[in-house]
Amino acid sequence: MQKKIVPGYILSENREQILNIYNLFLKFIIFSGAILSSVLIFLILLIMIFLALPFFSHEGISIFSGSWNPVSGSYGIAPMIAGTVLTAVPALIIAFPLSLGYSVFAAETGNRYLKKPAILLIRAASSIPTVVYAFAGIFIIVPLIRKIGHGGSGYSILSASLVLAVLISPTMIFFFYDSLKSVNKYTQQGALALGASKSEKVLFLLIPSAKRGIFAGVFLGLGRALGDTMISLMLAGNSASFPDSAFESARTLTAHIALVMAADYDSPEFRSVFACGIILYLITAFLSITARYIYKGRIQ
Amino acid sequence: MKINAASLFRLFSYFSFIFYVGVFVFFISYLFIRSDAPFSSASVFGESSFIKAVFYNEPVFEGLYPALCGTLLLVATSVLIAVPFGTGTGLWLSEFAKGRKQKVMTLLIDILSGLPSIVIGLFGFSIILIMHKIIPAKSPGFSIIVSSFSLSVLVLPYIAKSTQTAVSSLDKSLKLSGLSLGADKIENIRYILLPKAFPSILSGILLAIARCAEDTAVIMLTGAVANAGIPGSIFERFEALPFFIYYTSSEYTSENELEMAFNASVLLIFICIVLFIISYCINSIAFKRKKRVK
Repeated sequence: MQKKIVPGYILSENREQILNIYNLFLKFIIFSGAILSSVLIFLILLIMIFLALPFFSHEGISIFSGSWNPVSGSYGIAPMIAGTVLTAVPALIIAFPLSLGYSVFAAETGNRYLKKPAILLIRAASSIPTVVYAFAGIFIIVPLIRKIGHGGSGYSILSASLVLAVLISPTMIFFFYDSLKSVNKYTQQGALALGASKSEKVLFLLIPSAKRGIFAGVFLGLGRALGDTMISLMLAGNSASFPDSAFESARTLTAHIALVMAADYDSPEFRSVFACGIILYLITAFLSITARYIYKGRIQ
Repeated sequence: MKINAASLFRLFSYFSFIFYVGVFVFFISYLFIRSDAPFSSASVFGESSFIKAVFYNEPVFEGLYPALCGTLLLVATSVLIAVPFGTGTGLWLSEFAKGRKQKVMTLLIDILSGLPSIVIGLFGFSIILIMHKIIPAKSPGFSIIVSSFSLSVLVLPYIAKSTQTAVSSLDKSLKLSGLSLGADKIENIRYILLPKAFPSILSGILLAIARCAEDTAVIMLTGAVANAGIPGSIFERFEALPFFIYYTSSEYTSENELEMAFNASVLLIFICIVLFIISYCINSIAFKRKKRVK
């Protein structure tokens, strides 16, 4: 018979029995954890679909195209989709080059005493609460945009995009840094031996070879920008119409969910929230899967 | 130095470094300047004192104490729910799952960790709705327990991933030694893998705590309110620091209230950064120890 290993301090049979129960419990936790988390991910989607179903059958496909005007019975969420895209994409466009520059600094071109603190700073920055970013944005960015935009409240797409750009940078910088660091050392030495300068090596070897990681980082950054609630809720102004310029206010899908809390739980107004949730779920799931597919096995 | 694309890019990398450092320094110092002694007794306890508030339950009106208590209770319950299942999932991923199962599960965990927090808040909200329909009398309603449950869904993938990395980055010979001595898988996990991977798992949990403390979107939909006082039980509505900041930013009536929101911001950043630093230190000590053993 196989003997079990038991630490030396266990003397009596009784205690061994207790330990067996403990082991069973551990086994239970491990398997139930695995089952629970795989069930959860589908449960979240299914519950939202279940609650949005009356809305879909009532409104049909028009929700994706129509405008938002509850008074006249029009519950389209198209303006919110536009608002989400119009705040997240500019944020990405602003943040991408700067993040790439920063990660190159931290990985290669930087002063050797500054490289480590640089990456540490970004790690610390990623733990700053989003609500604090948004709160500071109200007092720093919004007055600035108000001045530049000649009137208007300052609560606009531009303000939200600028703060979102700062928010998503750490995520992207991690990814870029990681993939720049994992480029083969011998290839790098080869490039230097062929007469490339250090900065030429970065531009013509490191960045092209880290392409996959950079794309994955961009996808994840976009996911964060689309999914962020507090910044667009507090800075974008929340008017539910199609915006005409960057200085106008807009409402994102996330902010829409946060704002619509009608008392009547069966109204189409309220049901539209779940449609927004489903869209957000599907977009972010798609982005995560794509990022993973591009950057196989390297996502931590 | 020659001026070409490469050297220009180098200059650009210096610029972006200075840019981000400038942004973060400006941002943090702005909050500090606008706040008014965030760590003082007056900011947390208002007119009441520490001893009266903590030991004699004297109500605190002009301080952050109720919000701080709400956040602490919220974080504690969320972590209690999330840690067993999160580490369980991580252990399953690294020790039990093989091949396709492992791939699918990792993908699911990735999707879960990429979900916007508002979607998870909506999930918590739906649970309240459905519970209310099924058992109107006994449903928990908007409360700490529902918020904690939703928050634990939010941080579960973080804990699972950090556990998985911690366990699977252990030495292969170490992993096999217990098994070769006749321990079964569970015993191996309990006596060898868990104790050895504990520091890295702990640092992951600390980051999850910071995530629980900072998230606003989830608690906004599941029970945080502006004036709840100190939470009496986990079945009540509650105040929390991040929600207080959000609420005050839109509803403030006086400079004084605004100052309190700045205090709350500094306090919240302080909590998150301290948790980050502890987690970083634990991780780097564990890493050094591992190197020395090798």
